[in-house]
Amino acid sequence: MPDRKGIYRKKRLDRGIKARADTIYLIASWREIFYLLLPRAFPVGFLLILPAVLHGYWQKVLVFACVYGLLALSWDLLASCGLFSLGQALFFGAGAYLAGGLNYYLHLPPLVTVPAATVGGGLLCAGLLAPVIRLRGVYFAMVTLMFPLLLMRGIETTGVLGGTHGLSALSPFPGETLTAYLAVLAFLACLFLFRRLINSDYGLVLMAIRDDDRAVMSGGINIYWRKTQALFLAGSVGAFAGALMTHHFQFLGMSAFALDYSILPVAAVALGGQGSFAGAALGSMILVPLSESLRALGGLRIALYCIILMVSIVALPEGLFHYLERKYHQFETRAEVE
Amino acid sequence: MSKASETILAVERVRKRFGGILAVFDVSFELKAGEFLGIIGPNGSGKTTLVNLITGFVKPDGGRVFFKGRDITSFMPYRIADMGIARTFQMVRLFYNLPAYKNIIIPLCSSRVRRLGAGRYGEKDDMAVDLLDDMGFERDSYVPYKTAGSLPHGYLKRLDLARAMALRPEVLILDELFSGMSLSEVASTLPLIEKFHEEGLSIIMIEHRLKELFRVVDRVLVLNFGRKIADGSPQEVMENEEVRKAYLGIEVEIL
Amino acid sequence: MIPTLLVYGLVNSVILALYALGFSLTYGISGLANFAHGALYILSGFAAWNLIHHMGIPLLPAALLSVALTGMLGFVFYWVLLLRIRGIALAELVVTFSAGVAILEILTWQGFYGIRYSLPVFLRGGIEVGGVAVDYQRLLVLGTGVVLVILLWLFVHHTRIGLAFRAMAQNERTALSVGIESDWVGSLSLAMGAALAAVAALVVLPLGVMESTIGYEVLIYALAVAIVGGLESTVGMILGSFLIGFGQVAAARFIGAKWMVIVPLAAIVVVLAVRPSGILGRFKELEERV
Repeated sequence: MPDRKGIYRKKRLDRGIKARADTIYLIASWREIFYLLLPRAFPVGFLLILPAVLHGYWQKVLVFACVYGLLALSWDLLASCGLFSLGQALFFGAGAYLAGGLNYYLHLPPLVTVPAATVGGGLLCAGLLAPVIRLRGVYFAMVTLMFPLLLMRGIETTGVLGGTHGLSALSPFPGETLTAYLAVLAFLACLFLFRRLINSDYGLVLMAIRDDDRAVMSGGINIYWRKTQALFLAGSVGAFAGALMTHHFQFLGMSAFALDYSILPVAAVALGGQGSFAGAALGSMILVPLSESLRALGGLRIALYCIILMVSIVALPEGLFHYLERKYHQFETRAEVE
Repeated sequence: MSKASETILAVERVRKRFGGILAVFDVSFELKAGEFLGIIGPNGSGKTTLVNLITGFVKPDGGRVFFKGRDITSFMPYRIADMGIARTFQMVRLFYNLPAYKNIIIPLCSSRVRRLGAGRYGEKDDMAVDLLDDMGFERDSYVPYKTAGSLPHGYLKRLDLARAMALRPEVLILDELFSGMSLSEVASTLPLIEKFHEEGLSIIMIEHRLKELFRVVDRVLVLNFGRKIADGSPQEVMENEEVRKAYLGIEVEIL
Repeated sequence: MIPTLLVYGLVNSVILALYALGFSLTYGISGLANFAHGALYILSGFAAWNLIHHMGIPLLPAALLSVALTGMLGFVFYWVLLLRIRGIALAELVVTFSAGVAILEILTWQGFYGIRYSLPVFLRGGIEVGGVAVDYQRLLVLGTGVVLVILLWLFVHHTRIGLAFRAMAQNERTALSVGIESDWVGSLSLAMGAALAAVAALVVLPLGVMESTIGYEVLIYALAVAIVGGLESTVGMILGSFLIGFGQVAAARFIGAKWMVIVPLAAIVVVLAVRPSGILGRFKELEERV
């Protein structure tokens, strides 16, 4: 058929390295080992070198990226069990105020305040959100959106914990490079821990709760207790990010509950892709440096995040990471239509 | 067999109304330990609602449910399951994008199974495959490892049964397990359930296939428009005038 | 003392009801939680200000034009952004919210805050009611609130589009099968919600100075009123606005003016924790819990 000639279709084939399940590989050569390790080892190595190479301003940007990355990972964990949070600022602020308060009023060193804020912040967030854990989807999102605003206004009105002026002259970490390494290591640890967790039986139950909570309940599993545990984990990670930033800035103010900390993680996950944690990490590593390089825009940055968020949801619902993953693991050839 | 006379589950005058419809009205019955009870009734007679009321998925407007003498009326579904009442769903609720055996991991993670002594990480996979093997999923075939969504309907029903059995329940409630199954699938599943019964499990079976049901149960309870209209041995129920009327004689003739 | 509380409580409640009216209408018809509501509110205010100050259009036509423009924006919003993600409640929420934040942040960036941005009142002067001085604009707010609620009720119960709206609200699939186009009704509901936000803005904004951050507050108030009263119930919405309105005035009087903003936030959190379906919400409870 001459008139059909020149019509091609895309043909997609999986590279033949997966055996039986997604996590079991059949490796036959060094080339294949390299193929599998490259996408894992390269970003890790790159991130570990960065704090030593970067200086001054861009080192700060790296810390920002890791902090937002932690918040995005924490968001992704909650989303895995069906809790959609629009208030990552709550976790961040809780950690920031705990660490800052302990340091300012009790003069405890960062070595104590950061771990204390991590655990305490997780407990606080889980405790605050436990009463609304039965809410689904939109309703849970609304409560989490309101909580940081409520706490922010509460601090503003009552004037506790420094009120509108905040607390300043907090103890810094010893050295900028050390801070950067702490942030990078925490970020990588959290990324791999969460990826491990979600592939375990524990993660299986969490994801099942998202898909069909009634079926999980009929399996004798207390879904609210599991969700509370997930909240504690996510809250701890967010609180750690807050505590880190507080000591990094040596200042603590109401801005710890700002909308930035709620929106950017969601935008990062929407851009990177939900469900794999790598997407969240990738998204924040792209978004934060991008927005920092556009710093001249000032307040427009939030608008930019929002626009990226909208475009990712409407135009690229699977996310960048899943798109890249597909491209990496599949041949795409053009086959002539017969 | 002193245990046989013990009441394990008691339902006392439960009532549920959805909008203007009385789904279940003043239904009471008792289930003895080790007993096999069938619940039948025409479509919309409140059978599934009754199951939901017992297992805590729907809260009754009135009445109470006792399990081993303990009032479980206000308990959450997971707590009731945790105490040992497992159920299957009429419309199977499975995780279709997971491999079949992974569906069984979820109940194996419950605190009930942990209490009764389940394995650590990794062993759960083996336990799940063992359980599926018992249900007729051959362990050496690909079937247990295929995603649940790619399995035929009869397998899904048995997967749901396996999930309920993974809890090692004391009372098993089967909500129309055989609906949508082929005759041969029913023929291969029925002996399994009889085996559970012989091992001492108390079973409540809701079914439209009266022929199979009447062959295996000890006692039958008939619902119509949310009310209990008969309760007795299969023979007694078959001869009951009201039951014949409810079924318009059609299905009773098949017997 | 008591009369002041009553009058200002009443005015405040009606203002809150006006904030919530458009939000509730959109949600009630198409189940769409329009989190850009606050942004549309303040945007219409700035649109009117620009029409008056830069184009020299008199107040009343400018106001009408602004209402029409905002309504059209809501309509376009639906077809451009929401069409592809319709039905995924969370994506809808995130997209409308981020669109709202984007609008507000762009307005802030453009420098739309400060004393010079205020809309003129429609009527000057005032009267005394039971010993309390009330200006005409506040009376206009009261009147608009009452008239809008009555008009909406008539519209929804006695016009063809209104009946289609109600059909959609009750059962989308059945409505589809009798030839009501879901997207058409959805976009119309969003347009009407946006237009109502604009009407509210044009009567309420002259009472104070315009600022883009008001957009966030309006969203919070609208949400608080809708959640407290029950998201799909009109009577609940009115009840909710009165509860929060008087609660706020009482908090301002007895604890301190700063506590006014705490009231709606706390109300949202408490109601969602204790009774998520709201005071008069009916069937939600089964869906959201258990």
